[in-house]
Amino acid sequence: MTTPATPRTLLQKVWDAHLVVAETPETPAVLYVDLHLVHEVTSPQAFSLLRERGLPVRRLDRTLATMDHSTPTLPPLADGRRPYVDAQAEAQVAQLATNAAAFGVELHGLGSEAQGVIHVFGPEMGATQPGMTVVCGDSHTATHGAFGALAFGIGTSEVGHVLATQCLLQRRPKSLAVRVEGRLPAGVGAKDLVLAIIARLGVGGGTGHVIEYLGEAVRALSMEARMTLCNMSIEAGARAGMIAPDDVTFAWLKGRAKAPQGKAWDEAVARWRTLPSDPGARYDRELTIDASSLAPMITFGTNPGQAIAISALVPDPAGEADAAARASLQGALAYMGLRPGQPILGQRVDVVFVGSCTNGRLEDLREAAAVLRGRTVKARTLIVPGSMRVKRAAEAEGLDAVFRAAGAEWREPGCSMCIAMNGDRIERGQYCVSTSNRNFEGRQGAGGRTLLASPATAAAAAVAGAVADHRTFAEVRP
Amino acid sequence: MNPIRVIESRTVLLPRENIDTDQIIPARFLKVTDKAGLGKAAFADWRYGPDGAPLPDFVLNRPEAQGCAVLVAGENFGCGSSREHAPWALHDYGFRAILSTRIADIFKSNALKNGLLPIVIDAASHAALLAAPGALVRIDLEAQTVTLPGGAVVKFPIDGFSRYCLLNGVDELGFLLGQAGAITSYEGAR
Repeated sequence: MTTPATPRTLLQKVWDAHLVVAETPETPAVLYVDLHLVHEVTSPQAFSLLRERGLPVRRLDRTLATMDHSTPTLPPLADGRRPYVDAQAEAQVAQLATNAAAFGVELHGLGSEAQGVIHVFGPEMGATQPGMTVVCGDSHTATHGAFGALAFGIGTSEVGHVLATQCLLQRRPKSLAVRVEGRLPAGVGAKDLVLAIIARLGVGGGTGHVIEYLGEAVRALSMEARMTLCNMSIEAGARAGMIAPDDVTFAWLKGRAKAPQGKAWDEAVARWRTLPSDPGARYDRELTIDASSLAPMITFGTNPGQAIAISALVPDPAGEADAAARASLQGALAYMGLRPGQPILGQRVDVVFVGSCTNGRLEDLREAAAVLRGRTVKARTLIVPGSMRVKRAAEAEGLDAVFRAAGAEWREPGCSMCIAMNGDRIERGQYCVSTSNRNFEGRQGAGGRTLLASPATAAAAAVAGAVADHRTFAEVRP
Repeated sequence: MNPIRVIESRTVLLPRENIDTDQIIPARFLKVTDKAGLGKAAFADWRYGPDGAPLPDFVLNRPEAQGCAVLVAGENFGCGSSREHAPWALHDYGFRAILSTRIADIFKSNALKNGLLPIVIDAASHAALLAAPGALVRIDLEAQTVTLPGGAVVKFPIDGFSRYCLLNGVDELGFLLGQAGAITSYEGAR
C-alpha cells in the first residue's frame, strides 16, 4: 500500500481512488468506472451478452450514448430519411437506439442537439471530469485524459463487463512523464506537438504505459488543444494520456449540463485541486521535449510515428540501420508513392479532411477558417464539425459561410472520413491531408493515402492543392 | 469459451512491423451487430484485390498457409483501434496464437478474452521463427512455453488470471459478477 506520505502521480491518485479490490499476483485489480461512453460500433455484441445472461445495466447514471461512426454526414433527404451508406450501417445505428431504449441508457442520437463524435460529446456534456475513470469501446477515449481523468479504450467484451458491473479487471499501467519545456512557436499547435512526440516515442513506444503530459508548453494549452494532445496518446501505444487539471480545466467545465453545480461545484474544485502529481512523485519513464524547437508537422508514411517537420525531406530507408525498420519505411513509401529525399512541401493533395475527435472542435474549425477566409480551395475539402454543439457554434460565428465561400463542403457531425465507415472516403491512390489521427493503409478508403496534420496545415493544403506551410500563407493574405 | 492447453501448428509469417487493426480488419467490416463469420474480413485489403479476387502472392493465400493456427508477426502487432473485431476475425479465420516481440495493449487484452493467445517472445526466438516459415511449433499454455523449430523451449509471460481463464474456458464476467458485494460496498462508501 502507498502511505499518504509517499508522493504520488496523478495516475496513481486516480487509480488508488477507484480500487474496488486491489490487485494481487494472481488476480488483477477490480477497477471502478465513473463514466462509460457508448457508441453504435462497439456496443451491439455487449448488449447481446447482457440479454443472453439476463443482466441489466448496473449504473444507468454513469452510462451515456451517442452515435457517430456509421452515421451519415449529409443532411436528411426530402422524405426525412438519412442517406446511410448501406442498410447495414442503418441497422447498426438503429440497434443502438433499440438497445438504449430496452436497457434505459441515456442516448443522444441523430437529430438531438447534443449528438456528436463521442469524445467531443462527453466533455461538452460536462460528463468528463477530473479524477474520473472514463472508458469507451474506442481507443481515442484517451482524449478525456485532458481533464485529469484516467481514460482509456476497451474492447466489446469489456464494454459488456462495465455495463453489467461498472467495473473492469485491470493491472496497474506504468507511468511515462512527457515534459514539454519552453513555449511552442507561433503557428505550431497541439497537433504538431503530439506528432513530434509520437515520432520520438515510436508507435509502440508507449505500450504498457499511461502518459502524463507536463511542462510549461502543456500548461499553456487551451482545453481543446489538451484534448488533441491526449487523444493521440494511443498512437504511441499508450492506452491513456493525462494532464493535471487546473484553472483552464475548471473554467471550461463550469456550468456544463452534467458538471456539479453550486456548492457541489466548489467542493469538487477543492477536491480536483489535490489531483496534480505531488512534487517528487516518481515515474517509470521520462521524456523531455523542447517545445521551442518544433515546427508544423506532417506524416509521410503509414503510421502516425512517421512524421516530419513540414519543411523536411522524406527520409531515405537507406539511412535506417535496422533491417525491419528499413523494410517498414520502404513499404510505407511504396504505399504512399513518395520518393526518399523528396520535399514533402509541394506534394500533390487531392482531398482535405478537417474534423474527428482529434481536431473537430470549435477552436480547430476557427484555425482552418483563418487560413480559408477569402481564399478558394483547389482540393476537395470536407469540413465535419465534431458535434451538433460545435456545428451550431461555428455557424453562429459565420465559419460555415467562410468554408462554403472557399468551396469546401460543410457537413453534419460524425467521425466521417477519419474512419471512412459511413461512405465519406477517399479513392484509391488519392492523397488526403487529414486532421484525424491515423494514416494507416486504407484508413480513409482502400488504397487511399493519408497525411496527418493540424487544421491550419490541412487548410493550407486545401488552398494550394499541395502540401504547404500555413505560416507563409498568413503573410500573403489576399 | 473452449479451454486451451496446447496448440500445435505450422506457422505463417507476417514479419512486417506495426501491423495495425485497420489491416487486421478494415473499418468497413465493423458495421455488423454480431461477431460471427468475420474470418472472411481478416487482412481483407492484403488478401483480395480491388475486384475482390484473392491475391495469389499474399502469404495467407498460398497453399502452405492453409490450416496454420499460429501467426508470427513483426513488432507491435495489433496497434491502433480497440475493435474486438480484430481478434474475432483472426480467431474465426483459424488463428489460435499470435507471436511477436511486442503486442499492443488493447489488442492483447481483447485477444485474451477470445481464445487467441497473444505471445510476446524475445528477439532471438522471434528471429528463429522468421527464419523457418511453416515450421511446426508447440505452445504449452500451462507450462508457458513455446517449442521452437530447432527444439529449443522458451518461456513466455502471460497474466496469471488470463491464463487461468484460458486454461479453464471461463470468462472474466463471471468473476466480476462474483465481486458484486465488494462493488456495492465501494459504491456505498463514496
